[in-house]
Amino acid sequence: MWKTIKRWYHQLGSPRYFYRFCEAVLPWLVPVSLALLAVGLIWGLVYAPVERYQGDSYRIIYIHVPASSGALMGYIAMGVAGLVALVWRMKMAEVMLKALAPFGAALAAVSLLTGALWGKPTWGTYWQWDARMTSMLILLFLYLGIMALQNAIRDPRQAARAAALLAVVGVINVVIVKYSVEWLNTLHQGATLKVVGESSIDASMKWPLLISMAGLWLLYAANVLIRARTEVLSRERRSGWVRRLVRDEEA
Amino acid sequence: MSAPTLGAVWRASLRRELTLIWRSPADIVQPLFFFVVVVSLFPLALSPKPALLALVAPGAVWVAALLAVMLSLDGLFRRDQESGALDLLLTAPVVSVVPVAAKLLAHWLLTGLPLALIAPLLGYMLQLPVAVLDTLMVSVLLGTPTLTVVGAIGAALTVGLNRGGILLAVLVLPLYVPVLVFGAGVVRTALDGLPTGGLLAVLGAILALAVSLGPVAVALGLRISAGD
Repeated sequence: MWKTIKRWYHQLGSPRYFYRFCEAVLPWLVPVSLALLAVGLIWGLVYAPVERYQGDSYRIIYIHVPASSGALMGYIAMGVAGLVALVWRMKMAEVMLKALAPFGAALAAVSLLTGALWGKPTWGTYWQWDARMTSMLILLFLYLGIMALQNAIRDPRQAARAAALLAVVGVINVVIVKYSVEWLNTLHQGATLKVVGESSIDASMKWPLLISMAGLWLLYAANVLIRARTEVLSRERRSGWVRRLVRDEEA
Repeated sequence: MSAPTLGAVWRASLRRELTLIWRSPADIVQPLFFFVVVVSLFPLALSPKPALLALVAPGAVWVAALLAVMLSLDGLFRRDQESGALDLLLTAPVVSVVPVAAKLLAHWLLTGLPLALIAPLLGYMLQLPVAVLDTLMVSVLLGTPTLTVVGAIGAALTVGLNRGGILLAVLVLPLYVPVLVFGAGVVRTALDGLPTGGLLAVLGAILALAVSLGPVAVALGLRISAGD
């Protein structure tokens, strides 16, 4: 098991192998993710039962929860990629870090928007400085900061390493921000889905949620692979295998 | 030539940084002046009613202190980069964390510390009760070193870039959130007459984290900016 992971890690560290991996995975990853997302969303938005107290407005969780969890996971993944890029100077980690940012930032924005739309009928306000909302807002700022830093530095390797350091510092910061704003103010409900223990959501509502979550996460992964593939080709444009690729494409 | 001991490097760096800042008094006076000006904008913008001012004073003083520290950091490494001293520091046969830490300490002593000393006066001008002024000073005293260290990471990453200032703010301000929340929170808690020990301990814990790991991150950031 450990050996397989280690081999994968080393193989995917090579740009050429990574490109082949993308070519193999993307043709089914994109349709599968879109199909899962469609099934989860249609099931959740149309067929899942109406909630007793919130009526139909609760259905926004089928977009809100996948987006929020995706934004958070994406940032943690950036922190891990940043650490790998700084410690082992792995090129692919730098590429992944850059590829993770735009979709994650978009998901954070979607999470804030859907949360605001749901907050109006339920809490009576679009915006409240609640702990989770504030954390998500800060998360969006951190995403935008990383993207701004990457844009400002011309050399791609230097930009990626600078972003890596910022992502690692940012992950530590996110944890402290979470506790600090929780101390400040809390209105948001606790987590409904639990990995360990009984979830406090009925199965008829849970399954569409889990399916749309899986769909959105896979779509995020596909987006990251597409961005990373482009970045790899651009970075390796002078290498032999990319030249051969282009020549075969033209022939 | 054998490498100098870390203690000697530390003392020499600290003396150099203090001398440099000391010889350009504008670097000490301007952040202070900025702090005072920004705080005095609040009564003009909100309303001079004492009850309202006392309510917003902790936040106003803290936001102003935070901006003053951040703006003072923009030029932290720039002069050294222009003169080439930064490259020497990075290629010297000693761990670059030591001179970097000395630089941060010198900067805090001549920027953050004066801010903390003058904070009670500004709190008093914003109608804070005298009884909480000591808490305000202690909170700024515990918070500003963290602001200096965390901001220096951003300054290190943007040192070679033309549009440093606004980019630095975009990078660093989200990272300042915890210090702001707890720093202003301590003062508001004191204003409510509640015990503040726990929150000051949290500020201290954040400070310990920033001081222990921060200089390493700053040195790494400088290396990245130098194209390493």
